[in-house]
Amino acid sequence: MFKNYLIALKTLAFKECYRILRIWTQTIVPPVITMILYFLIFGQFLGNHIGMIEGVTYTSFITPGFIMMSTITNTYANVSGSLFMNKFQRSIEDLLIAPVPPTVILWGYILGGLFRGLLIALIVTLVACFFTKLQFTHYLILICTIFLTLIALSCAGFINGMIARKFDDIALVPTFILVPLTYLGGVFYPINNLAPLYYHISLFNPIIYMVNLFRYGMLGITDVNINFALSILLVITIALYLLAYWMFKQGIGVKR
Amino acid sequence: MYSSALEVNHLTKIYKNGFTALNDVSLTIQQGDFFSLLGPNGAGKTTLIGVITTLIKKTSGTITIYGHDLAQEEFVAKQILGVVPQEINLPAFETCWQILINQAGYHGIPVKAAKESAEQCLRQLFLWDKRDSQTIALSGGMKRRLMIARALIHQPKLLILDEPTAGVDIEIRRSMWQFLSELNRNGTTILLTTHYLEEAENLCNKVALINLGKIQYQGEMKQFISQLEVETFVLQIAESLTGLPLPTTWNWRLVNSQTIEVDLPKEKTISELIEFLHSKNITVIRLTNKFNRLEELFINLTKQVAHV
Ligand SMILES: Nc1ncnc2c1ncn2[C@@H]1O[C@H](COP(=O)(O)OP(=O)(O)OP(=O)(O)O)[C@@H](O)[C@H]1O
Ligand SMILES: [Mg+2]
Repeated sequence: MFKNYLIALKTLAFKECYRILRIWTQTIVPPVITMILYFLIFGQFLGNHIGMIEGVTYTSFITPGFIMMSTITNTYANVSGSLFMNKFQRSIEDLLIAPVPPTVILWGYILGGLFRGLLIALIVTLVACFFTKLQFTHYLILICTIFLTLIALSCAGFINGMIARKFDDIALVPTFILVPLTYLGGVFYPINNLAPLYYHISLFNPIIYMVNLFRYGMLGITDVNINFALSILLVITIALYLLAYWMFKQGIGVKR
Repeated sequence: MYSSALEVNHLTKIYKNGFTALNDVSLTIQQGDFFSLLGPNGAGKTTLIGVITTLIKKTSGTITIYGHDLAQEEFVAKQILGVVPQEINLPAFETCWQILINQAGYHGIPVKAAKESAEQCLRQLFLWDKRDSQTIALSGGMKRRLMIARALIHQPKLLILDEPTAGVDIEIRRSMWQFLSELNRNGTTILLTTHYLEEAENLCNKVALINLGKIQYQGEMKQFISQLEVETFVLQIAESLTGLPLPTTWNWRLVNSQTIEVDLPKEKTISELIEFLHSKNITVIRLTNKFNRLEELFINLTKQVAHV
């Protein structure tokens, strides 16, 4: 049985990866173009006027945030979009009819999300090379952060895909929640500089922890306590995973 | 130990809007059966299949597939099952080949065996030439055959088909019938839903009739057919008739001047009918039976239910 599930998982994951590569003009090119523009505008044009932040250049400061920002939105969009598309075409049915447990299906989509997220992270890192000197300080933190973040966002996207009834529902969360949270998530500025009220409000934004962890991993600087941030990220990831699993097992949005 | 291929016990499905689509349905299909589930639109056929395949959540009742309880041993039971759904559910941008390979993967079949099986299934259903076509580029009949190929990739012991011949031309329908019969002869138990009594009669040895979410009849096909009290025959006659010079002991209808329809009750034979017409100097050129027996049966059934 276990061997069967492993083959099923491999099949699903490959299918997802293949989809991402097949429609690369939609999945890979747009974020790269966006990021080149961001680096040009914020890094080159504006960055030169801003000067040093917490001991690094502004371009260096925003690089980890940019990587996080693009990988977060892309992973989310990947899983929610792919799942919804399968629901929309009803092709999810062949998977639900097959002897594949919910855990395997969920992980199949998570692996797809991870693939897209890591691919984007890699490409954005390469883009960043042209604008700033890259620095990697804490490898373990980097790896933990990116994996936990991508798993969490995959699960969130999965939940979104499950409850979405029409295409608009897929765009709703990114537009009204994910993008605002990332923009306010300490990508562009250190939250230490904020007025106390905004600083405290910011601490409720989970993206703050992801961005700061990643920045710490690259540059060794952070606005929040690293252990606390890691714990928060771990809790969020586990919670989202369990919620996605439970909802899928119930058949919410996929079974009648 | 012997077990039936499918056992449905006291199955009830009430949809979220409060509609009872299945009302205490019990059904047994033996290994090797070619079983047809007949019923008019909205009878609950697709709902029943949906519950068996876990796409639809049951309200109560149990389902056992080859001795494996679907609630307790879901994934063992599903390994035995192959399903061809009523509505096309193919991913638009994947090729026939990819779809079969993926489905094999979901069933835990290693790549090498999957490729062999995929080739065999595609050839069997005359889709080998189309293996690299995206499904969006297939005709309706091809899509339906692709769904059959997909359902067979893991050699299921129980194959369920929900109106597989809807929207398929006569030639392909015939070859599909032949294909399914052969599959059944080689040991696959088949459950098929259809609106056409002729289809069920040609293929199946067992039948169940469902209407308004209730099983109305379940048993041997032969017995069922003989129980259909009245059969309607269409007669083409040589002479032009303007009126019916015939006694009302026969239930006649004049369709046009050279065609009549006769309802033949069970106790009367066709010979009697022909002899009778002969005695009136009416020559019968052709005799066909009308393909609406089931509809009439359903109308009768619905009436009966309405009267209750
Ligand atoms: N999601 C749903 N919510 C509420 N009622 C539903 C739902 N799906 C189906 N029904 C109702 O359940 C009944 C049975 O539907 P079902 O699709 O099982 O019929 P069927 O026998 O397959 O019909 P057909 O021959 O047209 O395919 C119908 O009255 C239908 O309106
Ligand atoms: Mg139906």
